[in-house]
This record gives sequence, structure tokens and C-alpha cells, in this order.
Amino acid sequence: MISALIGLPLFGAALLLLGGRRTNAWGHYFAVAMSSSAFIVGVTQFIALLGKPAEERSIDTTLFNWISVGEFHVPFGLHLDQLSMVFVLLITGVGSLIHVYSIGYMAHDENRRRFFGYLNLFVAAMLLLVLADNYLLLYVGWEGVGLASYLLISFYQHKPSAAVAGKKAFVVNRVGDVGLSVAIMLMFVTFKDVTFSGVTAHAQHASGHSLTLIGLALLLAACGKSAQFPLQSWLLDAMEGPTPVSALIHAATMVTAGVYLIVRAHAIFDLSETARTAVVVIGAITLLLGAFIGTAKDDIKKGLAGSTMSQIGYMILAAGLGPVGYVFAIFHLLTHGMFKAGLFLGAGSVMHGMEDDVNMRNYGALRGAMKITYISFGLGFLAIIGIPPFAGFWSKDEIIHAAFSQNLVVGLATLLGAGVTAFYMTRMMAMTFFGESRWKKGVHPHESPLVMTAPMIILAIGSVFGGLALKFLGDIELWLEPVVGVAAPKDPASNAVLIPVTLTVVLLGAGYGWLKYAKTPVPALAPENVSLLTRAARADVYGDALNEAVFMRPGQYLTRALVWFDSRAVDGLVGGLSATVGGLSARLRRTQNGLVRSYALTMVGGAVLIALVLLLVRL
Amino acid sequence: MNPNNYLVLAGILFTIGAFGVLVRRNAIIVFMSVEMMLNAANLAFVAASHITGTLDGQAAAFFVMVVAAAEVVVGLAIIVVIFRTRRSASIDEASLLKY
Amino acid sequence: MTGEVVIFWVTAIFSVAGAVGMVISRKAVHSALWVAFTMINLAVLYFSLGGAFLGTTQIVVYTGAVMMLFLFVLMIVGVDSSDSLIETIKGQRIVGTIFAFAMGALLTSAITTTGFSAAAGVAGANEASGGNIEGLAQLIFGRYLLAFEVTSALLITAALGAMVLAHNERWTPRKTQAQLQRERTLAGHPTPMPSPGVLALHNSVDTPALLPDGSPSQESLPRIFKSVQHPDDSTNNEVTS
Repeated sequence: MISALIGLPLFGAALLLLGGRRTNAWGHYFAVAMSSSAFIVGVTQFIALLGKPAEERSIDTTLFNWISVGEFHVPFGLHLDQLSMVFVLLITGVGSLIHVYSIGYMAHDENRRRFFGYLNLFVAAMLLLVLADNYLLLYVGWEGVGLASYLLISFYQHKPSAAVAGKKAFVVNRVGDVGLSVAIMLMFVTFKDVTFSGVTAHAQHASGHSLTLIGLALLLAACGKSAQFPLQSWLLDAMEGPTPVSALIHAATMVTAGVYLIVRAHAIFDLSETARTAVVVIGAITLLLGAFIGTAKDDIKKGLAGSTMSQIGYMILAAGLGPVGYVFAIFHLLTHGMFKAGLFLGAGSVMHGMEDDVNMRNYGALRGAMKITYISFGLGFLAIIGIPPFAGFWSKDEIIHAAFSQNLVVGLATLLGAGVTAFYMTRMMAMTFFGESRWKKGVHPHESPLVMTAPMIILAIGSVFGGLALKFLGDIELWLEPVVGVAAPKDPASNAVLIPVTLTVVLLGAGYGWLKYAKTPVPALAPENVSLLTRAARADVYGDALNEAVFMRPGQYLTRALVWFDSRAVDGLVGGLSATVGGLSARLRRTQNGLVRSYALTMVGGAVLIALVLLLVRL
Repeated sequence: MNPNNYLVLAGILFTIGAFGVLVRRNAIIVFMSVEMMLNAANLAFVAASHITGTLDGQAAAFFVMVVAAAEVVVGLAIIVVIFRTRRSASIDEASLLKY
Repeated sequence: MTGEVVIFWVTAIFSVAGAVGMVISRKAVHSALWVAFTMINLAVLYFSLGGAFLGTTQIVVYTGAVMMLFLFVLMIVGVDSSDSLIETIKGQRIVGTIFAFAMGALLTSAITTTGFSAAAGVAGANEASGGNIEGLAQLIFGRYLLAFEVTSALLITAALGAMVLAHNERWTPRKTQAQLQRERTLAGHPTPMPSPGVLALHNSVDTPALLPDGSPSQESLPRIFKSVQHPDDSTNNEVTS
């Protein structure tokens, strides 16, 4: 049954992509149907799992024996346990909502059918990623989502910037993928087994070194897929794709695959202090980096992308804290999936109403013109900055709590991140929905059709009640404990102190943002005379410039040098050789002068030589 | 008497024949030099037969003679044909097979 | 001072002289004569070495047939033809000399450093087979039968080949006697030409015949003879044909 989860969207993708223009008329509905039926299957599996006792909550199927070479045995097996179950529900649920949204958003695009084909492909690949029962099959899904991401980012094929962005995303992801393949290879060498159960069982017998190496390699993979430092440069460019893509892939699901990987491999991270520290450091750096970048972006989607980077930094940080943090990483992942998707869909709705303009400096005072969008975006906003009782509060505060219990510096970083998040999200709200209208001539913002607003509303409900539901209605900690293990933080900082402190920081940040952007008028053109920090934030903290200087230019010089070497030295050698032979043959040809006597001379000369040699040998 | 002498004589005649082949330009004289070389070889055969005391050397010399005769026949026929068309017996003139 | 030694030295010196003479003669006919001389000396040498049959064959076949063949061809080509002494190929003469004499030196050194057993002489072999010819016959038709057969095939082929090569295809039909007579009459001299030497004061082949009016007829000369002035001919010779 769980293979149907992957099979349905895969079938949809195949039908739409291979069927071609014939499927244009009904393709999008079919895709929605496939995605929704996957969701229904997921719900039935969820109910089935609920019925089982906590220790046995998993369904395993092995479809066939995939690789069997020497000692390397890899089954094509699917494993649905508590962890993958929540992911399945998130992917299919949010995915189906976004499918519905896309019907309206992509209504005027003639390539809509292709878009839905790719969306279905993505859903299938992501489900394979979370349902695989071994790391190699996970890698297949990993690559599949990478492919879908590339196809969808560069969906607007006529735009060169989109194509470049797609390429960039793919190439940077590839760097991370190297980490995953190295990790799988190391796993095979260390454990002779790449299945989750095998690795978990044998982890304690492996040496500390190999565990650290595997952990670091997995971290590299997660950095690539989840746009963490130092492989974060692709995420902001990925906003070239249509907004539903940004919502589904680059907010809710694909970028969280890195977190899934780390949590799934918790057996390794539990045993390696070094790897965990690295994860925490990366998470902390990224959450601050993303927040910093988000403060200076005028493009609404890029701002949300920076926010995504930052929130995933939180998740990674939580995952790096060990058993105290695994559950909260997943918890935050789920709530983030809901409210970030809602925020992106809202941004898409705003763009739709503002003739596809993404520059927030041209927005302003939209709360009157787009009421539903304003309310759903606002609820998402409250969730992300962590106002109780909205969803983000429950998950983020637990992370801050766990962070403080481990390390003061880490805790302070998370706290600061919360403050900056509040600032830039308030800035975004203010510039878009409040203040004076800075609309261009001829722009008449209008509310989006029902097919687009309905998913937004549903996700807004999730942003409001999601946290409460996961904390109290169904205890997520209890649910995930058999899989990842839960530990109570040692020397816990008291929640009683922490929560008010966090809320204060958040309100301060929000207040500052309000003052600057709602109360004072926002200039229509981005100011030129800005501080160094703002310039750095606008330039993505020079991430691209760094990549270019450190990797791209030397690489380019290397390839140019190699080309020069190839054309001069290698070709020169070959060409020179042939020229030599040609020249030599032209000289030697002259001995054929056609005169019998010269030939006779040569013959006699040869005979003399042979006679001489024979004589010498004999003597 | 040292049987070497006969062989040395054969060698000298061979050398002179070779010299004639290389230096003369008239086709027929070149041919005659070749005949000289063949005769030198014949002499060597007969001398060898004299040394070993068997008649095999003489038989070989006989065959050489026969073959030389056949060769002269064909060679001279060719020279005649070339002379008919080219009006010249100089072997330097027949130099078309060059690069 | 046995006879063998004497014969050897005499024939050796003459042979070498003849060979050298062949190589340095300017006129081709002289070369041919020198070669014949050398071959006869070699025949003598063969006789002294006990190869009577071979010596005879040398004279009869080689000198008699082969050299005569050479002389006939020389006649066709041009009896007076002589090579110029200028060498046209650069370095040919020098290098040729060097190589040839290097060859000679090598051969000589090889031969003189080989220790041959004392000469046995074929007298014994001749006795054993009942004569030189019988002995050779036994070898040729016995052990070397295959070589003999192949060589005979070669001879036949060579003869055929020569015939084919030297054959002059007739392109026009042969003129009949009537046609020849008609042409002669139309040309003004109805009687056939006298053969060379007729009514002449000399009967050598290069003297033109005299026409009825006493003038020499150059047409009666074979083509290859230039016009020759004889001292007691009162006529002057002009080659007008």
C-alpha cells in the first residue's frame, strides 16, 4: 500500500510528461487528483499506524532486491514509521494544497500541464526520499528532488536568469550530493550495510573516527539540499521559479530533506560529539546569516527565502543538539512547512494582484484591497515570529530552550535570530499591507480567485492551530520518541524565564520594524547611501562573490590553462609529430630519383654493410 | 697450391663487375658487367667443387650458366624494345619511376 | 712450379686484365670483346680444375652464344656508340668506387681468413662416376632433377618472352610484289636497287652501289652506315636518302 504513495504521483508525472499536449486540457486536474489520492492513502496509513502499539509503529515493504553484489546488498524497500509518517502527511497535504493553488496561479500559462507533471514528479521523488529504508534509495529520491527542483526553477525557459538559477541550484546541490555519496560509501565500508536499521544497530561498534567522518559527510549533504552555509547561495536565486514552486519546494519540503537526513541518521550523530558540534555551528551561522540577508531584500520572495534559510538553520541547530533537539527540529519543520507555505502562497497572491511585480517598494496599503490574503499572510506572520498561541511559538521556543541548556552562546544566537526574524517579517508586512500605497500607474490590486485563496486559508488555519494540535492534541514528542529518542535537557534553563525574555526580544524587533516601515514613509526607490551592513546584506553577504573568487575563477583559469595545454602541447605534439613525419618523408622521397644506377649503388652499399656485419660477428 | 687463390680471383672479378655496374651508363655494358659477376660466382662454385672433391659445385655452376643465358635473352630483348621507342641505350634516360 | 700453378697465374692475370678492360673501354664493342676474352680464360681455368664439361659449356654457351647475342644487339643499338666520360649523377663514381672496393676487400678478407682444407680435386669424383660428363649427368638428372626441370621451364619461358617482347607488330598489310613494282615505276626507277657493292670498286658492306650512270646510290647502304668516302672513288658521297 505504501508503494502507492510513490506510485500515484509518479504515474501522474509520467502520464502528463509523456502524454504531451493531448493531456493539456485535463492534465492539471489529474495531477491534483494524484496528489490528493496520495494524501488520502497517507491518512489511511496514519490511522493504521495509530492503531498499533508504540514500539511496533512501522510498515515495511521490500519491492525487490535492487543491488546484490558481493557483500553489498541493497533492497528496494520502503519503511513507513513515525518519522516518515509526519513527512508523508506534510508533503502530500501541503503538496496537494499547492497543486490546487497552482491551478489558479498558472491559469494563464500555456505550459501549465508540464508544470503539473514536474510537481507530481517532485512529490513522488520526495516521498521516495522519506519512505526509503536505506540510504542508497534515499539518495535516489534525493537526486530526484534535485532534478525536479532544477526543472521547476528554470520553468520559465524563455528567461535566461531562470535557466542560470536552475543551473546554479543544481551545481551547488551537487557539491552536497558528493557528501551523501561519500557517506554511503563510508557506511558500506564501516558497517557493510546501508539500511537504516543496520546502521542504527551497528553504530556503536564503529570507531569514533569513522562515525565523525560519516556525520560530517552527511552534514555536507544536508547543507547542499537545505541551503545552509556554505552552500546557501542557490536558494535566493531559486526564487526565479513560479511561486508555488518556491512554496512547495523551497520552503516546505525539499529544503527540509537535509533535516530529515540528519534526524534519520541520529544513531551516528548521537555517538559523535564533533559531528554534532559542526551541525550546531552550521545551524547557528545560517540562522543568523539568513535573517541578516532577509532584512535588506526588497523582493518579497527573496525576503521569504532568506527567512526560510534562517528557519532551517534553527532546525539544523536543533538536530545538532542531539536527543534533546531532534523532536523539536521535526516539530519546527512541520509548523514551518505550514506557515511558510502559507506566506509564500500569500506572496504569490499579492504578486498576482500586482501584475507579477515582486518589488515591495511598489506595494503598500494592500490590506484594503486584498483582505483574505492580508489575513492569511498576517496569521502566518504571527506564527513565524513566535507569538503564542500560534504555531511557531511552540516549536521555536522549545528550540531556544534546548539551545540555552546546551550552550550559552548558541542560545544567544537563537534568541538574536528570533529578534531579527521579527524585525524583517514586520518590515515585510508593513511594506506590503500597511503605509501609503506606492502602486504604479495602471495597477489595480484585486483579490485572488477561490482556487488560490482556499489553500491559503487552510494553511492559515494550520499556522494558527498547528502548534497547539501537535503539542497537545497529539503529542509529537511521544510520537517520535521510539524513532529518534528524547532526552530532557540537562540543567534546563527555566521556561518561566525564557519565554518572557524571548517574547520581549521578539516584540522589540517587531516594534522597531513597525516604526521604520509602517510609521515612516517607505521610499519608492531603494536608498543608495546605506551602511556597510546593509550593502553586505543586499549582496547576500558576498556569498556569490566569494564562490566566484574561490571556486569559479580558479576553476575557470584551470580549464583555460588545460585547454591551452591541450591545444598547444598535446595537439602541438601530435601535429608536430605528423609534420615531422611529413617533412621527413618529403626528404626521404628524393632518394627515389628513378635512376637505376643510384638504386644499384644503394644495393651494393647494403650488401657491403651486411657482409661487414657478418664478418665482424664471425670474428 | 692454396685453393684460396681461386676464390680470391673470383672475388676480384666480382668486384670489377660490380664496379662496372655502378659506373657505366650504357645499358649493354652494365649487362655485361652483370655477366662478369655471374662468371665470378661460377668460378667460385667450381673452385669449391675442386676443394671438396665432389661434383656438386660444377652442377651448380652449370645451372647458373643456364639461368644466365635465359636472363640475357630476356634482358636484351627488353633493351631492344626500349631502344626502339627511345632511340637511346643510356639507362639514365629511363627515369620515370621517380617521386 | 706445377702446371696448375702456372695456368692459374697466367689465366688469372689475363682474366683480371680483361675485366678491367671491359669496364674502362669507351666503345661498347671493345667491352664485349674484352668480356669474351675473360670468359675464354675462365674456361681454361675450368679445364684445369677438372671440369671439362663445364669449360666446354663456358666456351660454347657463354662466349659463343651469349656474347654473340650481345654483339648482335650492339649492332642494332649502334656499334659506334660510346659513353661520354662525364658522370651525371653526383657522387656516383666516387661512392661507387668506394663501395665496390669495399666489397672486394671484405670478400678477400673473408676468404683469406678462412682455412680451407687442402684441395681434394675432382679427379677422384670423375673416376668414380666414369668421367666428368657422366658424373655431372648423374647429379643433374639424379639429385638436382627438380632444378633441372624448373630451369628448362625457365628457358622455354625466356625464349617465348624474348619473342613476344621483340616482336614488331605489322600495322599495315605487307606490300605485295605488284604493289612494290608499281611504286618503283612511279618513282622513276623501275628496276630494283642493286644490292650493296654491285658495280663498285670495293665489296665491303659499307660501300654504296653505283647507279648505271656511275653515281653512288646511298639508298643501297644499310641504314646504320654513315656515308663513307673511299679515296679512289671519284664520286662524292652525299647522303640524300
